[in-house]
Amino acid sequence: MNRFAALLDRLAYEPGRNAKIRLMADYFRATPDPERGLALAALTGALSFANAKPGLIRALIMERTDPVLFAMSYDYVGDLSETVALMWPAPPAAGRPDRAPLLSEIVGALADLPKRDLPTQLAAWLDGLDDTGRWALLKLITGSLRVGASARLAKTAVAALGDLPPDAVELVWPGLAPPYLDLFAWVEGRAGRPETDDPAPFRPVMLAHAVEPGDFGTLDPADFAAEWKWDGIRIQAVAGRAADGDRVVRLYSRTGEDMSAAFPDLCEALDFDGALDGELLVRREGRVQSFNLLQQRLNRKAVTPRLLKEFPAHMRAYDLLVEDGEDLRELPYAARRDRLATLVMRLASPRLDLSPEVPFANWTTLAAARADPAAAGAGVDSEAVEGLMLKRRDSLYLPGRPKGPWWKWKRDPHTVDAVLMYAQRGHGKRSSFYSDYTFGVWTAGAEGEVLVPVGKAYFGFTDAELKEIDRFVRANTVNRFGPVREVLHTPDQGLVLEVAFEGLARSTRHRSGVAMRFPRIARLRWDKPPREADRLEQLEALLREG
Amino acid sequence: MRPEDLLRPSPRGLYCPVGDFYIDPTRAVPRALITHAHSDHARPGHGEVLATRETLDLMALRMGPSHAGATQAIGYGESLDIGGVRVTAHPAGHVLGSAQFALTWHGCSIVASGDYKDAYDPTCTPFVPVRCDVFISEATFGLPVFRHPLAADETAKLLNSLQVFPERAHLVGAYSLGKAQRVMALLRAAGYDAPIYVHGALAAISAYYAERGIALGEIRPAADAPKAAFAGAVVIAPPAAITDLWSRRFPDPVTAFASGWMRVRARARQRGVELPLVISDHADWDGLIAATRATGCTELWVTHGAEDALVHWAGAAGLGARPLHMVGYGDEDAEAPPEPASEAPAVPPEDAA
Ligand SMILES: [Zn+2]
Repeated sequence: MNRFAALLDRLAYEPGRNAKIRLMADYFRATPDPERGLALAALTGALSFANAKPGLIRALIMERTDPVLFAMSYDYVGDLSETVALMWPAPPAAGRPDRAPLLSEIVGALADLPKRDLPTQLAAWLDGLDDTGRWALLKLITGSLRVGASARLAKTAVAALGDLPPDAVELVWPGLAPPYLDLFAWVEGRAGRPETDDPAPFRPVMLAHAVEPGDFGTLDPADFAAEWKWDGIRIQAVAGRAADGDRVVRLYSRTGEDMSAAFPDLCEALDFDGALDGELLVRREGRVQSFNLLQQRLNRKAVTPRLLKEFPAHMRAYDLLVEDGEDLRELPYAARRDRLATLVMRLASPRLDLSPEVPFANWTTLAAARADPAAAGAGVDSEAVEGLMLKRRDSLYLPGRPKGPWWKWKRDPHTVDAVLMYAQRGHGKRSSFYSDYTFGVWTAGAEGEVLVPVGKAYFGFTDAELKEIDRFVRANTVNRFGPVREVLHTPDQGLVLEVAFEGLARSTRHRSGVAMRFPRIARLRWDKPPREADRLEQLEALLREG
Repeated sequence: MRPEDLLRPSPRGLYCPVGDFYIDPTRAVPRALITHAHSDHARPGHGEVLATRETLDLMALRMGPSHAGATQAIGYGESLDIGGVRVTAHPAGHVLGSAQFALTWHGCSIVASGDYKDAYDPTCTPFVPVRCDVFISEATFGLPVFRHPLAADETAKLLNSLQVFPERAHLVGAYSLGKAQRVMALLRAAGYDAPIYVHGALAAISAYYAERGIALGEIRPAADAPKAAFAGAVVIAPPAAITDLWSRRFPDPVTAFASGWMRVRARARQRGVELPLVISDHADWDGLIAATRATGCTELWVTHGAEDALVHWAGAAGLGARPLHMVGYGDEDAEAPPEPASEAPAVPPEDAA
């Protein structure tokens, strides 16, 4: 457990993608089964146990330390698990376990530990671990571990053990379970590729990159098909027959989470054998409803008949991955699309339809369609259009987010002109640059116009722009708070940033009362004096429309 | 007679009215005892300065030879009479030349320890506890969350990272007097024998350490080296330089930081550190308590740092205890100054997609 904890600790600090892969691969190489497999499960989110509540942890430390010193320490550190991990009084050598507990021992014991024995067991583990080990265990056991690497990156690191392409592990992953002995045996060349006997397994989803205006110059419209990008939930519907002859239908989220239980109406309607990629929507009275209505169907404990009737689930199909046992992922998109159209027509289900293609001659006509989906074929469903998808006609169905075959071209985001207020140093390669920006808009204060912070952004700019902003920050610092600099921001002096964002939500956490979704710096407005930046009222109006 | 008659806090620092001198004054005074050469304890412009030979040399190195009107050296274990007060210097184990001053007068003894640590450090004489009635201690790391791990284990982390990333420069932020040389010595003790590159700010001090017989191996100025030399090399620089313009010359560096503050994750993240190394030249919580107990004192005065927790502990342990609320210490030397907590991102994003 100590070694795994050290890895988690290092990952949390390491900003570089390749460096994270190296750190994980290094760990997998040096760690025996089943420890590394359980670590992989924890890294990919396949292993989580929220056995202990913060109250239990607090009680354990209170028995062992002075409450005043604990309160002072907690106040300073600001995180319960970390405070306890650092303060935990190590027992004298005689009373200490002779070695640190293994992750496998902890996982094994927790599986059938009576609740009343947990405090004693947990204390014994904490006695045996070093401070990083204690931190990781407390985070894991309270369900609050944030891993500094994505599941995909962890799988890429496993693939790197055997010099396999990153996708190789992704493709076999859905059929595997911790501690992944068969997976490690395969990547290390000791056994064949693991096969699944699940009749309806999840297949890794293919994702698109956002297209930038500059990309169009390098793309040939003739190579691409376009279709609407719908504002629902990306799903994969998989159906098959189990060994005992039972039909199995499952709906997976794009991360492979099984959502079938919440959508029995849709599962029932999908009478085919294979795997479909598409968008989950609510459709009633012949039109697609807003995302808000779809949310009514999510996160419900019970699926009531009223819910099924009021918010009928619908699947709009994008792609066909498998049909009657035949894997189509190696076929070009155009061929898969033909098979998909035939299948949807044959099924003739009112709950399944084909996402229509958007015909276009060149990028200009496609831009017009994007600007007015209703006139370009989306008709009554146009409000549910989030943008366009561009797919190369010859593209294979690849897991992950390969660059080139698929592009998403969202409708224009919202923009606001805001004033730079604070800048913070970045991480890793950017650690010598002020690259995290807090920006604000004007509002009426007690003593006249004031800027109120409305968001933070740390990307969207070019390297050259980063240098310009960095220079501006250093030359116009009015206050320093550790790594944060307050930057000159008066009505006449300061830097105006054009900030693009996807949406707004009300927020009690922000002084302004609004929180931006996905804000990024779209342009530097050196030409604009801060007094001409936007006002909070404009954002509030957007909130009311939304 | 009260201990305050012998030594008391004043706006300029600890003042001894009997001998008419200050210890580590924060402003220029006629007579000063200087515990060590860190810039928050050793300031220029005093009339007469009493300190160890090493401290005087280091002060001259950093502030110029005319930093004081007159200087006098005192060795560890040596005593002097100043206006009827017997002053003895003892090693503090903080940095090269660091001393505690024991003051005795009319049967009352007070030890002003300056900055100190009781952990292993091959670059200076080890800390010795001195029996006294009143012990004056710092409390930079005066919270029970600060328990410094073995410096050798932290050094092993750095060496391991060099192995995993042999093509990246490892940029280690370390205070230029004491910490930087300790990191060098720790690396050498762990068998690392490649040249160590240094920022210009710590070249002269490192050379002085070597002159005093502390083996640091081959040290090269980073400024003269070609870029290719930095692949897999250790580069040591003052903390401010590792995240500033100076660091841009190193392609894709791993930024490490050697400091007791690295024990707390939020602090390490605030500094944008990728490889935190918990190596401190100050006593940790256990060290502060052990040192205080070993003096046999009946009273503990706490100069600066997390005074409240240490005073609370002393009270519970039956000692008289008071915070002196001394200002002006710990801001320049204490490696990373404590910074206001702000929301640093918990996990750096690995890609924006
Ligand atoms: Zn010092």
